[in-house]
Amino acid sequence: MSEIIILAEVINNTLKESTAEVVTAALSLGGNPILIVPGTSPDSAASMAATYEGVGSVIALQDDCFSNFDSAAWCEAIASVAPPGHLLTSSSSMGKELAARLAVSRNSTIIQDVIKIEGSNITHPIYSGKAHETVSLNGPSVMTIRSNVFKPSGNGGSASISNVNTSSNLRTSLKEMVAKASERLDVSEADIIISGGRGMGSPNNFEKLYSIADKLGAAVGASRAAVDTWEEIPHSMQVGQTGKTVNPSLYIAVGISGAIQHLAGMRTSKYIVAINKDGTAPIFRHADYGIIATWEEALPILEQELGTLLG
Amino acid sequence: MGCLSWFNMVEILVLIKQVPDTNAKIEIKDGKADLSMVKWITSPYDEYALEVALQHKEAVGGTVTALTLGPARCDKILKDAKALGVDNIARIDAPEGYLDSFSVQSMLAEACNSLGAEIIYCGKAAADTNAGSTGPGVAEKLGWPSVANVTNIIFGESSLELMQPSFEGQAKIGVNLPAVITCDKGMGEPRRANVKGIMMAKRANVDLIGVETVGGNTSVVGHASPPDKPPGKSFDGSEHVSTVVKLLRDEANVI
Ligand SMILES: Cc1cc2nc3c(=O)[nH]c(=O)nc-3n(C[C@H](O)[C@H](O)[C@H](O)COP(=O)(O)OP(=O)(O)OC[C@H]3O[C@@H](n4cnc5c(N)ncnc54)[C@H](O)[C@@H]3O)c2cc1C
Ligand SMILES: Nc1ncnc2c1ncn2[C@@H]1O[C@H](COP(=O)(O)O)[C@@H](O)[C@H]1O
Repeated sequence: MSEIIILAEVINNTLKESTAEVVTAALSLGGNPILIVPGTSPDSAASMAATYEGVGSVIALQDDCFSNFDSAAWCEAIASVAPPGHLLTSSSSMGKELAARLAVSRNSTIIQDVIKIEGSNITHPIYSGKAHETVSLNGPSVMTIRSNVFKPSGNGGSASISNVNTSSNLRTSLKEMVAKASERLDVSEADIIISGGRGMGSPNNFEKLYSIADKLGAAVGASRAAVDTWEEIPHSMQVGQTGKTVNPSLYIAVGISGAIQHLAGMRTSKYIVAINKDGTAPIFRHADYGIIATWEEALPILEQELGTLLG
Repeated sequence: MGCLSWFNMVEILVLIKQVPDTNAKIEIKDGKADLSMVKWITSPYDEYALEVALQHKEAVGGTVTALTLGPARCDKILKDAKALGVDNIARIDAPEGYLDSFSVQSMLAEACNSLGAEIIYCGKAAADTNAGSTGPGVAEKLGWPSVANVTNIIFGESSLELMQPSFEGQAKIGVNLPAVITCDKGMGEPRRANVKGIMMAKRANVDLIGVETVGGNTSVVGHASPPDKPPGKSFDGSEHVSTVVKLLRDEANVI
């Protein structure tokens, strides 16, 4: 049976939940799944990964290079232990960069953001989700798996773990962390996002979005018009064609018209709520639940209702 | 810039791709995307890459070459790049239609090599593939380091200091040349061409770069429009917010 290699997503030696979804995607390809868990001390992440159902074996890959992200060094370390076969990982921005390198080092093609696997037919969105492309594989490939699409694998498994040490050279150096990540959740990490657009009127009004986000455990995003108009709204919050692509369970768009380039970043959200005072705004054509109202009227009620519901 | 810098001209290469206008509707005809009616543009992040490449030259000297892989229609974006001030424009001739990452990256890497590139800038992701594969892939092919999604750069003679968002915040990264950098928005708005630039670009020649055609290991089965969402529910007035909250809990199960 051919080997299927799953590369776990591990950040600071912590296993990311997205890995469980990659396991499910890998199992659908058929083959003997081997899970690689990279880290500077990967043991606890590896024991957790070993419980994913269907995984044949786990390689705990220790290398000091995993202290800082450097795609060349990480690729070298992983390539040295990954047997031939399809290789799958999560489609985070790190995952995509690393996978692109791994594909070249394995003389194969990379398919990013996979949403469907049917035999050797692989489907992924292109043109910012305006079309889906299905390609057929003529050999081993490397794929990244879009989050929130495949069901996470259960954790009743008990795969065997082997330990491997490598020492790869970092080709880039981390000089300093210039700004600490805000305490707030990043939109690319969040399962619920509430975003504000130019209709919010001023950056101060984003406070309203933050307090609702706190209730929901959500991240706050923004349209490009908001980012471009107000210095206080950083580009890291921008969702869309030239911002981040997100795929949360719930996306709440407030004072956002729904331009095609904004939709490009969020149209695959499982549920979309739109709050906009203009009933003809294009966002309503994509919303599961639309509320035609100003945010001034709607947000206080939303906050209060969520307070009652979620405490 | 020291008086010796001409002595040590850095070969700056910028990869640009022609893509359908991001406003274009993608029609599917006979199971394939029909691009015959779309307007073609330079992929938005590649405009940032071009801006960075020009700023690199302005900071330490050097030569900027813009390179694309594609059919003759792509000469348009090369001429647009020329109008902005790049020194050379070059194209690898490739037929219309699907090429997988393996063939694109192999051919681009070979051309980068033959052009003597020492630093390669490209977009963080193309607006058609949305992949973000090409920069790191070409770097791996060349055996070079790469840094992705860069938002700011301090240019040195043989090294760069880059700002990059990381999972812990903003990181300042150092890298020695040669390297591949994929560009995010951040280095200021891309400049616009002036009349003199546009006139000059009209007469400019596109260098055709001969590289061996490399086959890929995937083929396209077809394209499809994303499945339509069932029509949503719309409510007029803020008094319905509580209904929506209930639906989110009971129907959608997302809160
Ligand atoms: C190459 C390119 C890339 C782009 N990339 C992106 C991208 O990544 N992300 C992105 O978002 N855009 C992007 N854009 C821009 C995009 O085309 C739109 O201009 C932008 O999304 C509009 O932002 P907006 O909806 O916040 O603003 P507007 O279009 O101005 O809409 C504001 C909305 O708020 C509503 N409103 C006003 N007041 C209130 C109120 N009190 N209560 C409730 N609603 C109110 C209005 O009815 C209106 O619908 C890109 C454009 C180009 C050309
Ligand atoms: N055919 C091409 N010709 C020139 N540059 C390209 C080509 N394909 C991709 N690139 C460059 O690589 C970047 C990322 O592309 P992609 O990996 O397809 O998302 C683009 O923004 C371009 O800078």
